[in-house]
Amino acid sequence: METPLTNNIRPDREPLDIEGYEQAGGYRAVRKVLGGMAPADVIEAITQSKLRGRGGAGFPTGIKWSLVPKDLAASGPHYLVVNADEMEPGTFKDRLLLEGDPHQMIEAVIVAAYAIQAETAYIFLRGEYFLAERRLRRAVGEADARGYLGTNILGSGYDLAVHVHASGGRYICGEETALLTALEGRRAVPRAKPPFPQTSGLWGKPTVVNNVETLCNVPHIINNGADWFMGLGRGEDGGTKIYGASGRVRRPGSWELPMSTPLCEIIEEHAGGMRDGYELRGVLPGGLSTSFIMADDIEVKMDFASVEKVGSRLGTGAVIVLDQRTCPIGMLRNLEHFFAQESCGWCTPCRDGLPWVERLLAGIEAGEGEMDDLDILEQHVKFLGPGRTFCAHAPGAMAPLASGLKYFRAEFEQHIHEKRCPWNEAH
Amino acid sequence: MSIVETEAGLTAEQRAAIEAMAGHYDDKRAACIEALRYVQGHYRWVSDRHLAEVAALLDMSRADLDGVATYYNLIFRRPVGEHVIFLCDSISCWVMGREAVNAHLCKRLGIQPGETSKDGAYTLLPIVCIGHCDHAPAMLLDDELHGDLDAVRIDTILGIQP
Ligand SMILES: Cc1cc2nc3c(=O)[nH]c(=O)nc-3n(C[C@H](O)[C@H](O)[C@H](O)COP(=O)(O)O)c2cc1C
Ligand code: SF4
Ligand code: FES
Repeated sequence: METPLTNNIRPDREPLDIEGYEQAGGYRAVRKVLGGMAPADVIEAITQSKLRGRGGAGFPTGIKWSLVPKDLAASGPHYLVVNADEMEPGTFKDRLLLEGDPHQMIEAVIVAAYAIQAETAYIFLRGEYFLAERRLRRAVGEADARGYLGTNILGSGYDLAVHVHASGGRYICGEETALLTALEGRRAVPRAKPPFPQTSGLWGKPTVVNNVETLCNVPHIINNGADWFMGLGRGEDGGTKIYGASGRVRRPGSWELPMSTPLCEIIEEHAGGMRDGYELRGVLPGGLSTSFIMADDIEVKMDFASVEKVGSRLGTGAVIVLDQRTCPIGMLRNLEHFFAQESCGWCTPCRDGLPWVERLLAGIEAGEGEMDDLDILEQHVKFLGPGRTFCAHAPGAMAPLASGLKYFRAEFEQHIHEKRCPWNEAH
Repeated sequence: MSIVETEAGLTAEQRAAIEAMAGHYDDKRAACIEALRYVQGHYRWVSDRHLAEVAALLDMSRADLDGVATYYNLIFRRPVGEHVIFLCDSISCWVMGREAVNAHLCKRLGIQPGETSKDGAYTLLPIVCIGHCDHAPAMLLDDELHGDLDAVRIDTILGIQP
């Protein structure tokens, strides 16, 4: 089984320096593209591979790049922005890539920036990733000193500057348009789409925003080709995916596995199954803003289309496990607290609705809920759903709630009727 | 604690560093978050005086910059302790028992979340998922990650003998 993204990552995560990275075959993709591939050929190679965004939405990367205007003289400068804001609770894959192999990130940035003809790239890093920040800054310095960055890179005439931008910390910064607003030094409020960032992004200029994991695939596709990439997956989507598991499993962690690895295999083989005394009830398959998948559907293949068929989303591929000894209402209360707190406050349904949802759930958990509360929660699911709010934050918050209301109806009613949390004593 | 330091303005070196940050962007204000965090790195928080200085350096109004400063979780507009503990309160840590760790920290430090211990050594704050979910419950102590927390680990980290 090939693991291109994590090949260089040692168990202690101590990263390769630039020499080590070069010896391991690093910066070959940069040499290849700058040595004679036209930007359009690079885009074509990525389109052929059918690489899909790993930041949650699964948008085809090659197509995204091809939407950037080709006429630089007319459009003004282009920008590449790496979305390294990883704040989706339960998710810890980008941190692994950034800390474990920072040069892979830099190489990916160079190839992608060249493809879209950007001369400036920003790595928008979540502010709490201090170790990743140090390692990225060191890697940028080394790449600069070796002539992979700066002016006339490897004599190709192509110039690129890479800057690491450490965020001030807010979940909404991960939403790509809010990220651009934050990068401009403002409160991170999302922007209306269209126009999409590819035509009007950072300072109104054409901008591509891609997730860390998405981009890290790029040099490998350039080196090994689209067919190789397609062959890595076990289903329709190509490539590998960094899956994670947390909660009461024996060995929580993250693993690079073929795309479409079944959920049960991730949990049983890689995470070692459940801890003694714990049973799996359900999971959030891809971070907090995905719907619950219950134990009956545990054989689902973890790829974009398959997970949708069982009513959820692949999201970040970070599996959060709910066990039978954890109160599902408490879990929902915890996660709606997150969404309420992290709302940017721009639009009313989200700003006012999410705190209300949190209060209702807290009330029910404490044994002070009423049956009518369930109707009010259902109404929120509707009014904060897709298309009703300015960005996808609120619909993301409603996904686990909607599925929770469906799957945990009995537990909701039990809390309300018994006027207590049945898990409280048992815990 | 930090009151004395923050009476002073930014040093010439600090001002130059902020101007250099502004050079990375087409528009100066894009450096403001970085600049505030840089100031905080030296003084632990951002005082009114320093906020005004940064605003002037980046051609922003004070109110505009304060709007940015108060929006972000990692920028402190009030003094904090010598060390800041950010204890994760997101899902995986919650499932793995972060409430008990929180209670233990509160007991040891004699404070509630959001407060600073009497000796000025620690400020305790909640934080959203810090990407250490495979070692939940987790926290950041200043810029160091700590995971697999329980009462014993907390006491070791705080240097308290059992
Ligand atoms: C509320 C919200 C938070 C998001 N957070 C992140 C994030 O932390 N990292 C990320 O890569 N994408 C995040 N996204 C998705 C981005 O908007 C965007 O789809 C992604 O960066 C595109 O990159 P990709 O095509 O490479 O996946 C978030 C989206 C929403 C709505
Ligand atoms: S849905 Fe929420 S996060 Fe998105 S713009 Fe509206 S208030 Fe802001
Ligand atoms: S949920 Fe606490 S570190 Fe991720």
